[in-house]
Amino acid sequence: MELQINSQTVTIDAAPDLSLLWVLRDLLGMTGTKFGCGMALCGACTVLIDGQAVRSCVLPVAQAAGKAITTIEGIGTTPVGAALQGAWLDVNVPQCGYCQAGQIMSAAALLQATPAPSDADIDAAMSGNICRCGTYTRIRAAIKQAAHHSGDTK
Amino acid sequence: MSAVEGSFPIGSGLNRREFLLRLQAVGGLLLVADGLHIAKAADAPKYGADSMPHGVVDSPLVFVKIGDDGWVTIVAHRSEMGQGVRTGIPLIVADELEADWTKVRVLQAPADESRYGNQDTDGSRSTRHFFDPMRRCGAAARMMLEQAAALAWNVPVTEVRAFNHEIVHQKTGRKLSYGQLAKRAALLPVPPPSALRLKSPEEFRYVGKGGVTIVDGHDIVTGKAQYGIDPWFKDMGFAVIARSPVLGGTVKRFDGTAAAAAPGVQKVMQMPAPVAAATIHPLAGVAVIANSTGAAIAARKLLDIEWDDGANGTYDSDAYRAALQESARKPGKVVRESGNVEAAFQAAAKSIEAEYYIPHIAHATMEPPSAVARITAGKCEVWAPTQAPQLTREDVAKHLSIPAENVTVHVTLLGGGFGRKSQPDFATEAALLSQALDGRPVKVTWTREDDLHHDFLHTVSVEHLKAGVGADGRVAAWLHRSVAPSLGTIFNPSTNQEINVELAMGFINMPYDIPNLRLENPEASAHCRIGWFRSVSNIPHAFAIQSFVSELAANANKDHRDYLLELIGAPRKINPLSQKDDWNYGESPLRYPVDTGRLRGVVETVTREAGWGKKYPHGRGQGLAAHYSFVSYVAAVVEVDIDDEGKIIVPRVDVAIDCGPQVNPERITSQLEGAVIMGLGLAMFGEITFKQGRSQQDNFHQYRVARMNEAPGEIRIHLIPSPDWTMPLGGVGEPGVPPIAPALCNAIFAATGKRIRQLPVKDQAKRST
Repeated sequence: MELQINSQTVTIDAAPDLSLLWVLRDLLGMTGTKFGCGMALCGACTVLIDGQAVRSCVLPVAQAAGKAITTIEGIGTTPVGAALQGAWLDVNVPQCGYCQAGQIMSAAALLQATPAPSDADIDAAMSGNICRCGTYTRIRAAIKQAAHHSGDTK
Repeated sequence: MSAVEGSFPIGSGLNRREFLLRLQAVGGLLLVADGLHIAKAADAPKYGADSMPHGVVDSPLVFVKIGDDGWVTIVAHRSEMGQGVRTGIPLIVADELEADWTKVRVLQAPADESRYGNQDTDGSRSTRHFFDPMRRCGAAARMMLEQAAALAWNVPVTEVRAFNHEIVHQKTGRKLSYGQLAKRAALLPVPPPSALRLKSPEEFRYVGKGGVTIVDGHDIVTGKAQYGIDPWFKDMGFAVIARSPVLGGTVKRFDGTAAAAAPGVQKVMQMPAPVAAATIHPLAGVAVIANSTGAAIAARKLLDIEWDDGANGTYDSDAYRAALQESARKPGKVVRESGNVEAAFQAAAKSIEAEYYIPHIAHATMEPPSAVARITAGKCEVWAPTQAPQLTREDVAKHLSIPAENVTVHVTLLGGGFGRKSQPDFATEAALLSQALDGRPVKVTWTREDDLHHDFLHTVSVEHLKAGVGADGRVAAWLHRSVAPSLGTIFNPSTNQEINVELAMGFINMPYDIPNLRLENPEASAHCRIGWFRSVSNIPHAFAIQSFVSELAANANKDHRDYLLELIGAPRKINPLSQKDDWNYGESPLRYPVDTGRLRGVVETVTREAGWGKKYPHGRGQGLAAHYSFVSYVAAVVEVDIDDEGKIIVPRVDVAIDCGPQVNPERITSQLEGAVIMGLGLAMFGEITFKQGRSQQDNFHQYRVARMNEAPGEIRIHLIPSPDWTMPLGGVGEPGVPPIAPALCNAIFAATGKRIRQLPVKDQAKRST
């Protein structure tokens, strides 16, 4: 099976129903995408599939074939991704950092669809991503900063 | 503070152990550092870092390395779990070293307490224990560089000065960089403690300033950060384990045929029996090892296991709660008493009684317990997100029957800790499975279900309070019974009362000015694994006491803030020993008295900043709570907005903390922000319940934690300034949690008149019809 991950083609040998999360983490060693719940409840495993935020822990890998998969390892090459990573550091968002890959991927999908999100937009897009350390108020601030920044560059 | 203690300031360069050893060398008796009594050295109490296993190491030879290229490498020997310790502690070294922070790298120490000193990252004590030692470490390294430059220029060392990664000869302006001096400096002796010259606080470049990005920030936002779940080897086996659903249960029989035939499965095996000599024992179970974690999880569902539940198979949260309540309504062991409570109750104008229930809660670290191990030629390497590196090393060695020197524990980043990862059962599991696979690397991943079913849970408790009040509403008599299964049961299953560290978490050391009081601790037995959850027994104790004070204020028709300040009483410094607290978070009772002035201070600050006393329409209100824990003082004001359906919105939370001098204020603020979110989440939703010995919550749909749309609109953290760097540091990671739940519930009362006496709140704020 062939996958397009971060603009590269990779060939894998996997059962079609194995979730994309374990293909990334265990078969390919791309461990930036995190496991948190296995039921699409926490968002730690969020990746982009054709630009949409998807929970990779419940996505059978066969359904990702032929589509553009973007992970945290590749999001920095997009303007929105780079702006988010910069804002995350400026605001010092992370505590333990484990959920932040998923947070950034959800935020990237949000900003690509809604370049200037309101608080309600942010809450709606981000409430599927749990942060147990409690960095939510800083995530809100960083998304707004990134939105402002990527708006400037357009 | 005694003369001896006073003569032992930071600048003396002596740690307490050295100080004692020196006096000991002089011979005979010595005055112990608290100045209270004369004792033999062997009997001298140790406090702080010195009281911890393997104590303190402060040698720059252990912690600092400078390359020819000028890069300074600083070793972090404590575990990073989001509290910022891998930034904060190296920052202290770098500052005294007069290093340029942009030329500093941080290297994580493996488990080796004989080399690094104590590594247990818990108890909110890394910074307060290692501020002084790490200053000495950095200063010693700086002085070696100065000495090397003076020798190179053949000038007196008094003429040279370190400044921003260079040594400058002040007369001539000549400069040598740290990189140029590194080799020469390394040949020089480490200055003795007595010769160390520490910076004066006004010379600090980073300490107290913050303003730096956390050292792992870039790796985190680019997906490169390595947690315990992340090490990856090509030939690695990926394991999950079906563990006994009941504490103490065993595998009666199992059939792994179907699981072994599932795609990708490499091995199905029963977990070896625990080794008695180990401290933390993995649970009985059956492991499935496959070529991916997903394949292992799928195959595990095919296991046919018959469990012997053992003695805890009837554990039922409803029945247990009733039993706790029954115990709480009868006299128990008296753990502190003063005055004459019975007489005061009889004389009181009124008695007020309330009972509070705080359930089990789970840590639910976003990175579930996970570890990787491999064994080569009898030597085991473990990669583990552990708060207890040394214990991990020792427990793995005991389970593998090899010497601890043959176990290397690489401490990874922790994807959350909160106390869960102080128990390294997951690392032991990985090592045992690697052993069963002839040393092949094995990764053990706990699924979220595993995590919620087998956590070392926060205890469950009933807190029974009764106050006798006078006609003026003031408290004349106070009775508090706290009953909860103890975390001591994981070490000694027969423990049936709160151990001293639990009693001393906001219960016996309650500092209110009440003339007659009695505190009792009835018995309770444990039927699941109890452990440390961020701030531990402070959670139920603070919830009960801070809720009850709000009830008493309302009963007296007084403002809660005014009533609380009156109850705290005049500013005074209480010796914890006078409250039967012989622990005091491990700190000297004289250097760290309970200071009611500081407790008043956080209450006054937080209420002022939050605009306490605002008038709100029905459905909106503010709640207050204050609590002393981990030798820090915290008060919180929570504002709520509750609609007719009982839906609670928290527009704003204010928190004030007095934790003494602040090394990295930015990370203190972030810890307090996080404590607000965690505190609100556990108060609103947090509960693990048991039926037939089994945890009833499987995943985040049943064990809810706070999400973005439930986070406060605004969190304001107010740090009480503490410019005097000779003052002792307090804890930060944990003390933000305890006041949040009672402040929330007191706000719900202010908004609706509804009193919440049992957690979680869930829909209790809904108006009854």
